Order: sequence, then C-alpha cells, then structure tokens
Amino acid sequence: MVAPMPAPEPSPPAVRHRRQAQDDEVLKQLWELLEQVTDPEIPVLSIWDLGILQNIERDGEAVNVTITTTYSGCPAMDMIGDEIRQALARAGYPQVTVKHQLAPAWTTDWISAEGRRKLREYGIAPPTQGTRSKRALRGDDPLVPCPLCASKHTERVSEFGSTACKALYQCQDCREPFDYFKCI
Amino acid sequence: MKSKTCDDRRVNDSTDHRQALIDCAIGLGDDALVLGHRLSEWCRNGPFLEEDLALTNVALDFVGRARMLYSYAGEIEGKGRDEDAIAYLRDSREYTNLLINELPIGDFGDTMARQFLVDAFEVEFFSALTGSADATLAAIAAKSLKECRYHLRRSRDWVIRLGDGTEESHRRMQRGLDRVWGFSHELFTMNETEQQLAAAGIAADRGALKSSWDRTVDAVLAEATLTRPDDDWSVQGGRDGVHTEHLGLLLAEMQFMQRAYPGLEW
Repeated sequence: MVAPMPAPEPSPPAVRHRRQAQDDEVLKQLWELLEQVTDPEIPVLSIWDLGILQNIERDGEAVNVTITTTYSGCPAMDMIGDEIRQALARAGYPQVTVKHQLAPAWTTDWISAEGRRKLREYGIAPPTQGTRSKRALRGDDPLVPCPLCASKHTERVSEFGSTACKALYQCQDCREPFDYFKCI
Repeated sequence: MKSKTCDDRRVNDSTDHRQALIDCAIGLGDDALVLGHRLSEWCRNGPFLEEDLALTNVALDFVGRARMLYSYAGEIEGKGRDEDAIAYLRDSREYTNLLINELPIGDFGDTMARQFLVDAFEVEFFSALTGSADATLAAIAAKSLKECRYHLRRSRDWVIRLGDGTEESHRRMQRGLDRVWGFSHELFTMNETEQQLAAAGIAADRGALKSSWDRTVDAVLAEATLTRPDDDWSVQGGRDGVHTEHLGLLLAEMQFMQRAYPGLEW
C-alpha cells in the first residue's frame, strides 16, 4: 500500500453548517448558545473559536451535536461534552447526543482570528503559521513572538507545556516564560 | 493503492474481514495502551518538571489512540463491549500488543531508546495507514500521524543529545538501545490477520516500511555517535498473546480498580 499525498484539507465544514443554520431561528440560537461553551483548559476560548464545534442538528426534540477532538488524548473532551449537555439542558433541551468526529482531523488552522487574538491576550502565543507553510513542512522550529512584549527573541524550553496542545517557551528579552499553542 | 469508492470504504460490512478488522484494531489499541501506560509511569518521576509533563502528555496521546481503536473494535463487534471492557477485562494472553511496548521503563536511556525506535516506526506506519480502504482506520491514522511526528522530533532530539553527550549519557543511551533492539524486529512482522487485511488494502504492509525506518534510525544514530546493534537476537510473540513476564504486572496495576470494583465510574 502506498500512502497517497495528503489531500488539501477543506475549510471547516463547520462554517458551512453554521451558515446553513442561519435560516432556522432555533438552530441559529443553538449555535449562539453553544458558542458560549468554553475550553476548560483555556477558559477565554469558546469551542467555536477553537474549531471543535462542527455541527448541530435537530431531530424532533433531540439535539445532535458533533465535535472534533483536538488531541487524541485530550482529557478536556469529556468535560466539553458534559458542558454542551448542561448548556442545552438549561435551555430546555434535555435530549442531547454528542458525537465525536474523527475525519477530517482537527488542525490549528481552524482556530478563528478571534480565537488567536484571545489567546494572545490571555498570554498564550497562538499558532504562528499555517500547517502547510514552508517552515512547517520542513519541520523547522517556528518563530514564536512573545505574547507579552512581542519580542521575536524567544526560545523553546520544552516541546510540551501545561497541556498536550502547548509547548513551553521563554522570552529572551522580558524573560517571561509562556505557553505556545503548537501547530498541528 | 485501491481507489476509494464508497463501496471500498464500507469494508467493515463485509463478513470476510470483520473479525480480522476487530483483531487488528484491538492489536493496535493494545500497542497504544500498553506503551501509554508505561509512559505514564514517569508521572512525578521525570528527571525534571518539563520532561515529566512531556512524557505524560505523550502518554495521553497513546491512551487516546487506544480509546479510538477500542471503541471502533467494539462497534464492529456489536456485542456491547466498550473501550473500558476491552482495556480492563482481558487478561495478558488476550492482549496482543507487540512486545517492545510492554518492556519496563528502565532508566531514561531505556525509555528514550524504545520511544525513538517506536516513534520512527509509527510515523511510517500511520502514513501508510492513512491510505487504508477502511475509512475509520484511515481517520485514526491521520489523527495519530500528526502526533507521532511530534513524538519523533522529541525522542530523536533526546537520543542525539544523550548519545552525543557525556561519557555517562552515551554509555546509558547505547545500553538502552542494545537492550531494546531485539524487540524492534517484531514491528515489521505481519501475522496472518494483518496479511489478509493488507491484501485487501485495509492494513499497512509492515515489511515495506523497513527501509525508510532503517534510513531514519541510521541517520540519527550516526549523529548521536551511537552504534547500531547487531541483528543477532529477536524476541517475538506479542500478536499471538505470548508475552514477556512484564505484561502481567502492568495489567495487574492498570486493571486493579475495575477488577476490585467492577463497573466503577469516576
């Protein structure tokens, strides 16, 4: 078996699903409601900004939510599922299924511009580049500007920071250590 | 490579390959869970805080991969076994992980030698498996591949840094490599189940990955000033459920809660 060239990933189908939901008043509200659910590890980021929320469908009284896993072992995913169920239950939808979608695999390219801005403000350096940039394809270390003083004079301390999705960096100018959201 | 039509992508409906696919998913899941558990043993024992975090984060990737594979196996099987039942309620003879994954963590040199050989293999293996005719295996492979690349960067850096480091770090890195080497051959061995699935374009042909793996390993060992061990011994049997004495002890610890308090939930 020969591995095929990786196909170019489509833009998140989530954007299309959300656009289609604009004509349905209830669905539109459900998207707005679930946009309030945040990642327990990064409470400033909503599951929409992170590119986790993929689809919301109604089936009679039931609501089916599709999310995608960031990292295979991310322990926050179970909690995010619980928070989605709780948010919908509070809004009067007790019948909820949360489905985990595997393909296409989640990528940091799906983090919204708003999400990147919020990450920086929170003190976490957002992914610096697209996963298909030349630097990323060559496997070079990314140039990560310090989220606190914007210096480009930074150094990687460890490939893993406080969670699997982050690496630990230190700014050589202001000396502050900071988390960097890795590109995958 | 078969073209991916809708029919090809529904292989799990075909009874010919159903049992083989269940066995294959469980075997790959066992590889991931057992190595993930081993890595988790470094939790609070890492040489320094950042490394402690890194090893346990890599462990999480492996355990997460096992969950995806076990859930898929349980789903195809359709007998109500979920990921927990598959992980916690089988004994060592029913575990079919490759032996390299169950070896004790040893010292940091042992851990990194094993990790590097496995990571270098997995990058090749999951690249190939993304072309699987089975859509779910292909999706799990695509997800795992992103993480494996990251794992390899780390373990490769450690092997080079320790191999080309002090006299002591070089000695221990070489010793770790020598101890684990005979278990690396099993990575390239296909059992009957995998051969059947590979012929159908579902599983990856492990033998075909050897030359790329050799190139990666040789280049890193050269940079690390380490000597590639001789291929004069080999231990195999994991896919048949024939394990080293270490797996039983690992399972005794990992499965304790579910064995003592059946059905326990957090």
